[in-house]
Parts: sequence; C-alpha cells; structure tokens
Amino acid sequence: MGASAKRPILACEGLGVSYFTRAGEVPAVVGFDLAIARGEAVGLVGESGCGKSTVALAVMRYLGRAGRIVAGSIRFDGRELTTMSERELRRIRGSRISMVYQEPMASLNPSMTVGRQLVEVPRYHAGAGRAEARERALDILARVGLPDTRRIFSAYPHELSGGQQQRVVIAMALLADPALLLLDEPTTALDVTVEAGIVDLIRGVAERFGTAILYISHNLGLIRETCDRVAVMYAGQVVEEGPVTNVFAGMRHPYARGLFAAIPLPDSDRRARPLRPIPGQLPLPHERPGGCFFGPRCTHYRQGTCDREQRMRPLDADPGHRVRCARQAEIAWERESRGPEPRTAEGPGPVVLEVHRLRKEYELDGGLFAALTGRDGTRRIAANEGLDLVAREGETLAIVGESGCGKSTFAKVLVGLEPATAGRITFEGREIAGAPVETRPPEIVAHLQMIFQNPSETLNPSHAVGFQIARVVRKFGAARNRAQVRRRVYELLDLVKLPRAFFRRRPRQLSGGQKQRIGIARAFAGDPRLVVADEPVSALDVSVQAAITGLLTDIQRRRRTTLLFISHDLSLVHYLADRVAVMYLGRIVEQGPTGAVFAPPYHPYTEALLSAVPLADPGLVKRRILLEGELPSALDPPAGCPFHTRCPRRIGSVCEEREPPLRRFDGDHRILCHLPAEELARGRPVIRRRHPREPSHIPLR
Amino acid sequence: MLKLALRRFGAMVLIMAVVSFLLFLIFESDKLAVAGKVLGPYSSIEQRELWLEKEGYNRPFLVRYGEWVADALRGDFGQSIRFKAPVSDLLWPRLANTAILAGLVFALMIPLSLTLGVLAGMREGSLLDRLLSFLSIGTTSIPEFASAAFLVALFVFELRWLPGTSSMTGGFDWRQLVLPVAVLVLYDFGYVARMTRASMAEVMTSPYIRTAVLKGLPRHRVILGHALRNALIAPFTVIVLQLNWLLSGVIVVEVFFAYKGFGALLYEAAMFGDIYLIEACTMVAVFVAVFSQFLSDVGYTLLNPRIRFAREGG
Amino acid sequence: MAVRGRRDRSEALPLLAAALRSLGVLRESPVAMAGAAILLFWLAMAVLAPLLPLADPNLPLEPLRPPLSVSADGTATFWLGTDIKGRDVLSRLIWGARRVLVWAGLATLAAYLVGIAMGLVAGYRGGWWDEILSFVANLLLSFPVMVLYIVVITRIGASPLNIVLAVTFASAPAIMRIVRGLVLDLRTRDYVLAARARGEGALWIMLVELLPNARGPLLVDACLRMGYTTIALATLGFLGLGLPPPDPDWGAMIAETQPMGAFAGHAMVFPALAVSSLVLGFNLLADGLREISLRD
Repeated sequence: MGASAKRPILACEGLGVSYFTRAGEVPAVVGFDLAIARGEAVGLVGESGCGKSTVALAVMRYLGRAGRIVAGSIRFDGRELTTMSERELRRIRGSRISMVYQEPMASLNPSMTVGRQLVEVPRYHAGAGRAEARERALDILARVGLPDTRRIFSAYPHELSGGQQQRVVIAMALLADPALLLLDEPTTALDVTVEAGIVDLIRGVAERFGTAILYISHNLGLIRETCDRVAVMYAGQVVEEGPVTNVFAGMRHPYARGLFAAIPLPDSDRRARPLRPIPGQLPLPHERPGGCFFGPRCTHYRQGTCDREQRMRPLDADPGHRVRCARQAEIAWERESRGPEPRTAEGPGPVVLEVHRLRKEYELDGGLFAALTGRDGTRRIAANEGLDLVAREGETLAIVGESGCGKSTFAKVLVGLEPATAGRITFEGREIAGAPVETRPPEIVAHLQMIFQNPSETLNPSHAVGFQIARVVRKFGAARNRAQVRRRVYELLDLVKLPRAFFRRRPRQLSGGQKQRIGIARAFAGDPRLVVADEPVSALDVSVQAAITGLLTDIQRRRRTTLLFISHDLSLVHYLADRVAVMYLGRIVEQGPTGAVFAPPYHPYTEALLSAVPLADPGLVKRRILLEGELPSALDPPAGCPFHTRCPRRIGSVCEEREPPLRRFDGDHRILCHLPAEELARGRPVIRRRHPREPSHIPLR
Repeated sequence: MLKLALRRFGAMVLIMAVVSFLLFLIFESDKLAVAGKVLGPYSSIEQRELWLEKEGYNRPFLVRYGEWVADALRGDFGQSIRFKAPVSDLLWPRLANTAILAGLVFALMIPLSLTLGVLAGMREGSLLDRLLSFLSIGTTSIPEFASAAFLVALFVFELRWLPGTSSMTGGFDWRQLVLPVAVLVLYDFGYVARMTRASMAEVMTSPYIRTAVLKGLPRHRVILGHALRNALIAPFTVIVLQLNWLLSGVIVVEVFFAYKGFGALLYEAAMFGDIYLIEACTMVAVFVAVFSQFLSDVGYTLLNPRIRFAREGG
Repeated sequence: MAVRGRRDRSEALPLLAAALRSLGVLRESPVAMAGAAILLFWLAMAVLAPLLPLADPNLPLEPLRPPLSVSADGTATFWLGTDIKGRDVLSRLIWGARRVLVWAGLATLAAYLVGIAMGLVAGYRGGWWDEILSFVANLLLSFPVMVLYIVVITRIGASPLNIVLAVTFASAPAIMRIVRGLVLDLRTRDYVLAARARGEGALWIMLVELLPNARGPLLVDACLRMGYTTIALATLGFLGLGLPPPDPDWGAMIAETQPMGAFAGHAMVFPALAVSSLVLGFNLLADGLREISLRD
C-alpha cells in the first residue's frame, strides 16, 4: 500500500467556521477534527444547530457570503481545500466530491428535465460527447434502482415522487464516480418506507462505487445502520467519535449518552425504559460557556475539571474510540438509575369516543367556472374511508401512518374543522360527525381539544402568551373575572412546567419545546375528555421530544384524559400508546393493543413499516422487508386492497379486485387483509432482541 | 393547458361584457342627457325628444345595449360629437400613433431593465445592485408629468436641443418622440428592473442553484443554463402587465407633449363629454389591459413546466 | 376628573412607548431613515403652513419673478419666485403639501378600509364570497388606473369627496388582493385552526388572529400606496381633474405654467421636485421597512 492509499480522503483539522451577521460573528463550528478513510462511511450526528450541515458546506466551500472558514484546514486527498481557487474547486466539485441534500424537490431545477441536469456532469467533467453523456446518465439511473430510466430521463422533477427525486440526486452525485459523497439528511423529508429504500441504496454505494461517505443526520438509528464510524457533534464540536459498533455499545460522553436515552426504541415502552430528556437548552453560539460546552446541562459537571477546555481523549480500553470529556473514565454509567420508578397503568375506563364507518371526501376542481358552464368537473378524493374506532377514558390511542394516509384529516374531522362526509362519530353520547365546530355545543368543544404539530405556527405571533391562554380560559367559561382568569392561566403554566413570567412573553421569545408546552396548556384549559395530538413532537429535536412526550402523557394520566396520538414514528407510538391503529391510504389496515400490533400476526404493511424503522440499539435485530413501487395517488386509489400495488405478500387477483375482509384475533386485534388468519398468524417478529452470540452490527460488505 | 387558456379567455370575455354594460349604463341610461350632449346645451326639450325618437332611443334599454354591442363588434362605435366624424375613423390612426410610442418604450425598457435586473440580482449587495436600487427608487418616485417638466426645462428651455411639443403637425419627426419615450421609459424601467433583480436574487439562493454550483459547472453555465430561465418567469408577467400601467402614463405624456395619440383622444373625449368616443376609447383601453392579463397568465403557464403539465395530467 | 386623567395617562404611556419603539426600528435601516426624514419635513411644512411667514398662496403679486428675487417695494423675498399669475411659488408649494397630504391620506385610508374588509372576507370565507369579491376586484383592476380616474371623475365631477371615492375604486381592489393572498396563507396556520377548534367566530378570527399577522406587508404596501395616491392626485391636478382651483395643487401648478414654461421654468420645476421628493420619501420608507421585515 502506497502512502496515498493510506492517506485519509478527507481530513479536517481544527476547522472553525463562522457566519458574520449584523449581530457580529457567530461561530457555528469550532475546533472540528475528523478524518475519513478511502471507502469509509462516517456518520455525523447531532441535533439542530450543532453545526453538522455547516461542516458539509465548508468541505464544499459553499458557505454563502456570510459564512467563512476562520481556522484550521480541510485536506481532500492531501490537497488543501480552504485556500483552493474557484477554478480548481470547480474541477473537484461534482467530480471528486459530490453532495446530496435534504430537500430533493428543491435541489433539482424545476424547469429542466432530469436528463439535461444529469448529462451536464459528464459533459463538463469528462468532456463526454452528447451521446456518451446520455448513455452514462441512463446507466446511472438504472444503477440507483430507478425503473423505466428513459421515462425518468425525459421527465421534469415534479413529475417524480420524493423517493425517485432523491434517487436522481444521488445518481447525479455518483455520476462522475467521486471519491467522497456528502449526504446531508438525505431521507429526512421522506416517509419511512421510502427512506428504507434510499438507506438500502446508500449502504450499497461504498461497496459498489468505492466511495467514501460523510452521512449527516439527526437520527442515531440511520447512522448505526449505514456507517462504519460515527462522530457525535454538540455545539460546533465533535464530542465523541469511534467505530459504530463500539460507540453504540457504550457511549461515553454525557451528551451522546443523553441523546441515546432520549430516543424511544421500537421494543420498549414507557414502563420498561422511560425516556429521559436532556435538561436545559443548546447554548447559542456566542453564549457557549468556557470549558466543556455541555457543562451547564451535565449532571456530572465538576468544578475544576469541567470548566477547563476539553480535548478529545482515547479510551484506555479502545483507542479508536475517543471522547471529549475529562471525566469519562470516572463516571460509572452502569450504576446510573433508570429514571423514576414507572407507575403501572390503570385499566381503561368507559368508552368516550366511538367512530363508525367514517368517510371524508374532498372535492377538487369546483368553482365558479365549473358552476357557470354547468359541467360537473368535480372529482372526489376519499381521505378517510370506513374508519371504525373506539377510545376509552384514560387510554392513549395512537394512529400511525405515512404522509397522505389520512391521519391528519381524521384529526380535523374529529375536532370539527372539517365536516365528515358520511358515518358516525359519537362523543360523550352525542353525534358530532356532521357538525362543524362552529355548531357544536360549547361543552363539547371544550371537552374535545387538539394539540398541533408545528411549534412555529401553534401560537399566534402577534399576541402575548398570556393573552392567548386567557382567551381560551374565557372561551371555555372556566373563569369569568380578570383575577380568576389570571389565576387559571398561572395554574395552566404551572401544569406545563413553565415559569409564570411567561405570561407576558411573546411567542418569538420561546423555544420550540416551550411553544408546544403552551399548546398543551391551551388544549387542557377546558378540562378536556379527549385530546387529539397531531404529531406534537415531530418537529422537535429528540432531547426536547422526550420532555414534551413525558409532560403530555403525565398530564393525561393524572387527569384520565383520553389521548389520540397521531404520529408517523413507530418507536414513539410503541413507547406511549395503549392501543394502535395503522392507516394506509385513508383506511385503518390494522388495529389493536400495542403489544399485539407490534408482534405477529402483522398486516403486511405494518410489517414493512416496522422493518423500515432505523434502530439505534445494537441489541436489536430486524428482518428486512423492502416495499416496491410508489405510494399510489389518492386521486386514483387502487381497486380492491389499497395496499396491493406494493404488498410483498399479495396472493393474486383477489387482492386487486375485492375489498379485503377484516380478520379478528385475540384481544380485539383486527387486520384488514385477504391473507387467511392462520397464514397471518404464522409470521415471525420483525424486531427482536439480539441473541448474545449474534454479531451486533449489520455487516456492510 | 388548453383548458386553462380557455378558462382565462372565458374570464376575459366575461369582464369585457360586464365593463361594456357598466359603461353603457353610466353614459346612456339618461337619454335626455345624451340628446343634450349631441344637440348642444341650447337645444330645446322638444328637439331632444324628437332626436331620441329618430335615433331609436325610446326602445328598451337592453335592446339598445344589444344593438350597441353588435355595432361595436363590427367596429362601428357611432359618431363623435366633438370631431363630427365616425369614432372608428378617429380611433385607428390615434391607436397607431400610440403603438409607435409604446413599441419604442418597450423596445428600450425591456433590454435595459432585464439586463440591469439580472446583473444586480446575480450579485446581491454588490455596488451595481445598490446603485440600481437607488436609481430605480428614484425614477419610480418621479411621476410622468414631473419628469416631463424636468426634461423639458433642461432639454427644451435650457439647452434648446429638442422640441417641447410632439404634435407632429409638420409630418413625422423622430426628434419629437425622444422626450415622450424618455419620460415613459424613465418611470417604468425601475419597477421591472427591481422585479427582475428580486426574482434573480431569489433564484440565486435556491437549493437547485447550489446543486448546479456544487456539480462543478462553470459560472456562465449556472447563470445561463440554470438561473435565467427560472428567474425570468416573474419579470415576464410583470412586463406584460406593464401595458396596463403604460396606458395610464401614455395619457399624461400625450397630453403634456400634445402628441396625437390614443391617450390624448380619450382625455379630450372625457373633457368634452363626447359620450360615444369615451365609450369606444374606454372599451379599447380595457381590452388592452384584459388581453395583456390573459397573455401574462397563459405565458406564465407556458414558461413554468410545473404548471404546464400538472394541469394536463391528474 | 382627576382619577380619570391619571388612568388615561397610564393607558396612554405604554402606547406611546410602543409607538416610539416601533419608530426606533427605523434606525436599523438608513434607507428608511432617509424616507422618514423627507416625510417628516413635508409633514412639518404641511402642519406649520398657517404659522409660517408666507404670502397668501392665492394672491397675485408680481408675475414671473425668478427665484430669490425681492418684491418691487422691497418688503418681501420670493424665495422660489412667482408664477405666471404672480403668486408666490414657495407659499403655493407649502400649502399644496398640506392639501395633498390630507387628501392622499384620507383617500388611502378609505381604500384600505374597503380593501382590508374585502380581502379578509374573500380570503377567509372563500367559496362564493371569494368568487364574487375577486370578480369585482378583477373588473376594477382591468381598467388602466388613469382611465378609471378619468371616467369616474368626468362623470361625477372633481370634488374632494369624489376624488377619495375614485382612489378607493382604483386602490381597494389591489389592497384586497394583497390581503386575500396573505389571508389564504395565514388561514391554514395552526393557530388559526386552534382558534376555530375552540369555537371562535369568523369576526374574531379575521380581526384578531389574521389581520395583526398581515401588518408587516400591509405597512410596506401602505407606504407605497401613499406614494401612488400622491402621484394620482397630482396627475389629476395636472390634467385639470384634481381638487378644484384656486387652492394650490402641485400638478395644476405645472399644467398652468407649461404653456409659458420658457419664461417660468422655476414655476414648473419646483412643484415637480416637490411631488417627486414626497413620493421618494414614501418609497424609501417602504423599501426600508421591507428590508427590516425581511431581516427578522
């Protein structure tokens, strides 16, 4: 082996990147070290604001006018990138180093065909002729697993699905056979089953193309499943680094450890392994403390040791595994308590909500013109079809599904933001399916409230927090005069563990987690019996997610409120739900007690969903089931079983022609499938604990 | 696509129909006033009644409206009261004159504003960018009659380089076109340039330009191949809609410079109360405005593949 | 009385403080500051017009005197000269500012009230409300502005009230479109859904949940529109369709001078400068405000 082969393909040393704004210099990345060997896949993981994307853009030297590399070096294949001229950079970009981005749709030029965008790469980098470039482009499209490459070649980006778009971007990145591929959250915008396909593709990249990878993600599970080594970033620095197997088997930095403890795993629930949020907040770049950046949030902080600057130290037992913590050898992680003693759940109470054969249609293409011409151009989309559901007092019922499955529509129908088209919803003994919220009696409105998804939108930016909660309190008649209202608002702030001083705060002064807390306070202002929470934590960082989930379930348990928890995150659902309903294309395909849904017998879709969950716990193994094809359009739903176009266990024409029957199993576990009950019952678990002697890491090559 | 064009066309016809009805209602529902205008203020009531009867004004309002529309569609807008000539004979030469003026304005304004806008938007915050911002805020702040006053004071009264009126009584003279064209270009180019700049600047910060740059494409390829087409969609619609604005400016400029164009004709007709001429001129003006809106909508769709195909499929 | 007075002050003080704070925002943008300075100058002129030592703006003195000349009896200086009828140009400019600011302000306000109401209803209610209101707006917008002004004013006459009416006709549809666009975007926000989910009425949602969040773009547009309205009023004056004479009107001043312009260029250039600078003030302020709002 020559010297050049041993030399890392990318080496960052003491890298510092700052953005220069009106407020002054914002150091996004400080003292960043990382080396990537040829053909190696390295994961860079951290929460938002930790500087991980800035690292990738710095390597590409694409920091905009505000960003600048202020310290250190980036060497690519031995050549210094930080001082390289634009001309030389151009020769490297797209040919030796290429990048894949978070938003595939936005990353492709909307007014150029996919083919023209691909062909540019060989034309400019290899000087290829028109025909040759076209050949290469078609070839790479096939190699990233796209069907019907000719059609895709001549298609515009918007004509492709999100998964296909991302494959095109990956194809474009691999077209010039680069030595290094940067992936910046490449699957964050995609659904889990689509994500699973992309992850599978990425895993094969290093093997088939010999490309080194820097994989940037907030998702520990994804990194574990795709990378050889991992670096955990916090506040602009790497705090822990090492081989994936070793790091995931025993994280040593208190932050990395906290991150791991804050994510739910698909085999544990809140009683077995309660999530522990990381206290405090990520410090702003210019407010980072002296010494250890994690110090103020760390339970192991010690004066005299942690207030000095920290450097990376190798572990005694494992020199490849390095940690930026002076106390890493002293902390006895094994003795750490697993949080508060879990309380056993009380049994569910009487039925609060009953949904029967609910159907919700949207009309498209109506309007004045259609009305004037008398043409019935109205097309209908069924967003919900034949939903049957029961929720009992004090229980948590989760609805899971991917985007477009109709779960949010169902939430809106329940709360009365949209009227149902057909079917019944009985709440507290009253029929409310056809009644928009404006016509519902006040006590029904107060008793059926909702928590919204997006923290940046959940509060009206124009009004103070106190005003907004007070309005709800008045509206629900919980209090009349000023003093009473004020007292009630304070109680609600106490309830969601926010200081009373927040009364006067403006929403823009609040963090995302704090806004969600206000959203929870607002929903519980009228002593609701049922709270619908539509993806309440999906826009939050994992450490905050844990805190909000904990708060929400805690309040709900204590008040014996029914919680309808809508989510795409199976791990989270497994963690907190008593019962689960899985939706696909507007229908509930499986429902039952959580334990039953997450164990065989499975609906084939549930099985695939479970298999698509990236696992961060090296103690778990899973069966791989990849779905083919694309999610059908709701405008043109498949006949028969809605899942038959992608189902790996499809029997034959019966699936395409006839609506599937409902198969019932023990404990009110129901599956909508043509497969016979015995056949379904024979399935093996998708996720299970690893046998002690099994290899802990999925072999990559 | 075709469906969309038809839809827009339908909307255009509908608007024209309603506008024509409103105009007719405003100007011809009061029959006696019409007769007074035509016969002059000193005509007697009997004369007016007689005239109304002769001209068929005593038929129902809707019948009269229908006949007026039918005539107008054939190009017959009646007789001008002031000029004692068929309205259509007056209208077409005046429109041609205005078309010359507007054509010159567009021929100068479009290349100027697009080039400046694109160059400024390419490098947001550069010297050129800030210069253009300043210049365009300045020029769009000066109304046409004010810039006409400045230019006339300078080039006509002080320097004596150019004529101060553009009535072309002695035959066509390009020198008389300089000031009117300059005034209109000055007022209009800033807006288009700013729109182009904003659009270009937005495109330049978009993720797909990042993709193109990080593909290693040379800068000229990034700009010409990737940025320009997307960046020019918004200015295109603005330019077409500018026709509507130009019509307003044309009135002021033609009045100021006594240019024998359509705008001056409309103005004279309005000041004189020349009912049939007002009706005809207004209909033409509204048609130009609505038709430019139609062109802009259809053009926008044609330029934007995302919409072009989305409407056809589905 | 004393009690009420105290209470009023305590209510008014935070309001005043808020107003001052929002003015303080302008300091972030030199462009906005420049615009505000120009506007303050004209505002001061307009307010102080009766107190300033100016000649009667409508009184003929000595015709066609150049700027900085002294009157024949040596008692008065014509800083900006006199016009063809011998009236003091400076005095007419300042009184003209008073007139244009008052009527442009009133007209813009009227257009805003109508436009906001239409836009809120069309955007939030949607359906037939939207179809009809949007059609009305499209109808009015299909007239070139000046054509609309000319048709309306020659028909109903050039009184101040009619001019306010004409401006409302011409501007309200554009404002309605802006408000409607903003509302269509805002109405899907979670906080609006939250308000609906707790049973708020349409009026509350439109006025408390939606309108305050549209204020940024509307403020910018209001500045621009004040500029447009100023231009429109002055242009109407120029065309002889503006506020009735003899009170000074910047546009009319130019029109009156134009035939004799070769002898009284100053009486044409100064009103042109006045109107341009006032519009420039509005445009600069709008540009600065937009820049500030984009930063946050």
